[in-house]
Amino acid sequence: MRLATGAASLLPEPEAYEQRALGFWLYLMSDAIIFALLFATYLVMVDNTAGGPGGQSLFHLAHTFGETLLLLTSSLTFGLASLALDAGSRSKVIAWLAVTFLFGLGFLAMELFEFRDMLAVGAGPQRSGFLSAFFTLVGTHGLHVSAGLLFILVMICQVAVKGLAAPVASRLLRLGFFWHFLDIVWIGIFSVVYLPALL
Amino acid sequence: MLGRLSTDALPFYSWVALSGAVITVVTFIAVIGLITRFGKWGYLWREWLTSLDHKRIGIMYVLLALVMLLRGFVDAAMMRAQQAVAHNSDGYLPPEHFDQIFSSHGTIMVFFMAMPFLTGLINIIMPQQIGARDVAFPFLNSASLGLTAAGAGLVLISLVIGRFSTAGWTGYPPYSGVTTNPGVGVDYWIWAIQLSGIGTTLSGINFIVTILKRRAPGMTLLRMPLFCWTTLASSTLMIFAFPALTVATALLALDRVFGMHFFTNADGGNLMNYINLFWIWGHPEVYILILPAFGIYSQVVANFSAKSLFGYKSLVFATMAIALLSFTVWLHHFFTMGASANVNAFFGIATMVIAVPTGVKVFDWLLTMFRGRITFHPAMLWTLGFIVTFVIGGMTGVLLALPPADYLMHNSTFLVAHFHNMLIPGALFGYLAGYMYWFPKAFGFTLDQRWGKRAFWCWIIGFYLAFMPLYALGFMGMARRMEHYEIAAWQPFLVTAALGATVIAIGLACLAIQLLVSIRNRANNRDLTGDPWDGRTLEWLTTSPPAPYNFALIPHVHHFDAFHEMKLRGVAYTRPTRYEDILLPRNTGAGVVLGGFAFIFGFAVVWHIWWAAIAALVGILVTVIARSFCDRIEFLVPASEIEEIENRRFLNLSKGNAL
Repeated sequence: MRLATGAASLLPEPEAYEQRALGFWLYLMSDAIIFALLFATYLVMVDNTAGGPGGQSLFHLAHTFGETLLLLTSSLTFGLASLALDAGSRSKVIAWLAVTFLFGLGFLAMELFEFRDMLAVGAGPQRSGFLSAFFTLVGTHGLHVSAGLLFILVMICQVAVKGLAAPVASRLLRLGFFWHFLDIVWIGIFSVVYLPALL
Repeated sequence: MLGRLSTDALPFYSWVALSGAVITVVTFIAVIGLITRFGKWGYLWREWLTSLDHKRIGIMYVLLALVMLLRGFVDAAMMRAQQAVAHNSDGYLPPEHFDQIFSSHGTIMVFFMAMPFLTGLINIIMPQQIGARDVAFPFLNSASLGLTAAGAGLVLISLVIGRFSTAGWTGYPPYSGVTTNPGVGVDYWIWAIQLSGIGTTLSGINFIVTILKRRAPGMTLLRMPLFCWTTLASSTLMIFAFPALTVATALLALDRVFGMHFFTNADGGNLMNYINLFWIWGHPEVYILILPAFGIYSQVVANFSAKSLFGYKSLVFATMAIALLSFTVWLHHFFTMGASANVNAFFGIATMVIAVPTGVKVFDWLLTMFRGRITFHPAMLWTLGFIVTFVIGGMTGVLLALPPADYLMHNSTFLVAHFHNMLIPGALFGYLAGYMYWFPKAFGFTLDQRWGKRAFWCWIIGFYLAFMPLYALGFMGMARRMEHYEIAAWQPFLVTAALGATVIAIGLACLAIQLLVSIRNRANNRDLTGDPWDGRTLEWLTTSPPAPYNFALIPHVHHFDAFHEMKLRGVAYTRPTRYEDILLPRNTGAGVVLGGFAFIFGFAVVWHIWWAAIAALVGILVTVIARSFCDRIEFLVPASEIEEIENRRFLNLSKGNAL
C-alpha cells in the first residue's frame, strides 16, 4: 500500500514532547545505574593501590573545590537559561547557554589538568586497580560533561536558527535534565572519591 | 594502517572453520545477488530499511532472530557431534575451535536470537494491544534495530575474519584478559554485546514510554493484556539491568586495550567484581527473556481455551514480583566463590522464593484451561509443552539453589541441562508460539498447522533426548564445555544427546517447510477479518496485516479482554460516520546509517584500526546531531485515503463473514 510519499512534513502532536521527557528520565535512570556500578567498583577497589600512590597523596582539596564551584555554578547559569526560555527571550537563552558552556569547559579543563598531573607522577590508570577505578569513574563523568558541552553547542545553534519553538524548547528541557544530573553525579564523586581520601 | 588486521586473520587453521567461513560468505553473496537480480534494492530501502512502522521493524527483528537461530543451532549441533565421538579421541574439532563454538553458541542464542525475537514480537503486537498507532519513539526503534544488527554482524564476520572468543558466552576474566587471550576473539564478543546492549536499553525505554503514555482511552493499567504487562516488566529490567553488562564489558575492554587493572590477577585487580557485575545483569536477563514468553503463553492459553484468563490480577502481580525478585538472586551463579554461608543462604532462599510467583502463574494457566473449550492449535501445543517441561526445569533449579548441592553440580552438565530446560521451553517455545499465533497478523495469512504440529513434536522430543542425558551426565561428574573425555560410561549419553540434536534439526526443517508451504498456499489461508482465532485482545481488531496507522479510530476499552467484550456487545465493527486525518512518522535512513557506523566502529576497535574507529564515531555524532535538527518528522494521511483503506477493510470483513 502506498501512502502519500510526497506529503508535507509536519510537527508531531504536542503529547510527543511530554513522552520524550519521560523517555529521557528513563535514560537518566539507566545512566544513573552505570554510575552507581562505577561507584561500587571504585569502593571495592579503593584500597587496591598495589604499592602505588593512594588518594591522599594524589588529590588536592583546593583543586577539587575549584572544579566543584565551576560545575555547580554552571548548573545555576543553566537554570537562568531555563528562566529565559520561559520568558521567551531568545538572546538571553543563548547568552546563558554560552556562559554555562564556558563554566563547563573550565571544569573539564581543570579535570584534564588533574589527570595530567597524576600521569606525570606515574599515577596513571595502568598503575593499580584503585587508579583504574578512579580514572574510569571520574573520566566517565568527564565524558558525560563533554557530551553535555557538545549538546549545549548544538542547542545554541538551534536556538539561533530556529528560535524557541516547541521542539527546541523540549530539547532544552532535556538538556537541562542532563546537565543537572551531571551535577548530582559530581556531588557523589566529591563525597565518595575526594572527601574520604582527604579528611 | 590496518591495526592488527592482516591475511593471518583468514580461517586457515581448521578445515571446519574454513568451510563455515565459505558458507557464510557464499550465503551473503547469494542474498546480495538475489536482491540485485530481482531489482529489489529500492523496495527494500523504501519499504523496509528506512521504515519507522513498528510492525515492519518488528518483522525485521524476527527475521534477524530466525537467521541467528539457525546459526546458533549449527553451533549446538557441532558441539553435540564432537562430544558424541570424542571419547578417547580428538574428534573432528580442534580445542581452539570447539571453544569458539560454545562461546558463539551462547552469545548468539541469548543476544542475537532470543533478544531480537522478543523485541520483534513486542514491536509488532504491543502497540496494537494497547490501541496505539505506533511506539513512542519510532526513530529510536529503527536505531535500536540498526545497533542490534550491527552486533549480530560482528559475530557473523568473526567467523570469516579473525576468530571469535574462546572464553565462553560469559567471558570470565582472567581467561578473557589480554595476557591469556591476546587475540581479537574476546574483543569481537565485547563489542558485539556492547552494541546490541545499547540497542536493547533504547528499546526498553521506548516500550515503557509507549505503554505508559500511549494506551487507548479506558485502557487502565489493569486492563492491559498480559503480554503488555510482561513487556512492561521485561523493559523495566532492560533499562535497569543492561547498564551492569555495559559496565562489566566496558571495564574488561579497558583492561584489554589500555592495560588497566579491573579484573587482572595482579596490581590490585579483582576478578570477582566482574562476575558480580556480569550476573547483576545476567540474572535479570533470564527474566527479560522469559517474561515476554509468559505473556505470550497467557494470551495463547486464554484464546485457545475460549475463556478469560484465570487470575488475571494474580498473573500481573506475579509478573511484577518476579521482575523485582530477579535482582536479588544473582549470587546463585557463583555460590562456589566462597562467600560466607549466610550470604549463600540468603541468595539460595531468594532464589527459591522466585519459584512461588512462577508457580502461581503455572496454576493460573492450568485453571484457564480447566473447563475451557481447548483447540489444539500449534501455538497451544507449544504452551502445553512449555508448562510440563518448564516445571521440570524449575525443580532442578530449586535443587541448584541449595548451596551445598550447587557445590557438587556447579559448572557440570547438570547446570547446562537446567538452564536449557528453562530457556528452551521458557523462552524459545513461547516465541515460536507467538510466531505461529501472530503470523497472520503480520502477513495476512495463517501458517500451515500440520507442519507447525510436526515442528512442535520434533522440538519437544528432541529437547528431552538432548538434555535429559545431560542431567545424568552431571551427576556422573561430567563438566561443561569438554572437548574430549576418557570416561567410556559417558559416551552412550552423549550419543543420545546428539540424537536429540538431530531430532531438533528435523524440527527446524519443519519450521522452514511450514513457512514455505504456507507462502505457497497463502491464497487459501487468507485472513480476511483480521481475527482468525476468535481473539480476545485489541490486536485482532485491526486488519491483517494492519493498516500503517493500525486503528482508523482509536477504540475505547472497557475490559481486559477488550476485543472479546466489543464482539459480545456487537460494537467491534461499527463503521464510523466520518474519518479524521492521522499523523504518522516519516521514513528515514538515519537508523541504518547509525547501525552501519556502529558496525564499522566495532570492527575497527576490535582490530585496533584507530583512525577508522574515530571516523565512525564522528559519523555517529554527525548523524545524531543532523537528526536532532529535524523537527518535522511526521506526515499526514488524509481522511479520504483512510476512508478508502477502511472501505476495503469492511468489504473484506463481510467476505469473511465477520459482520
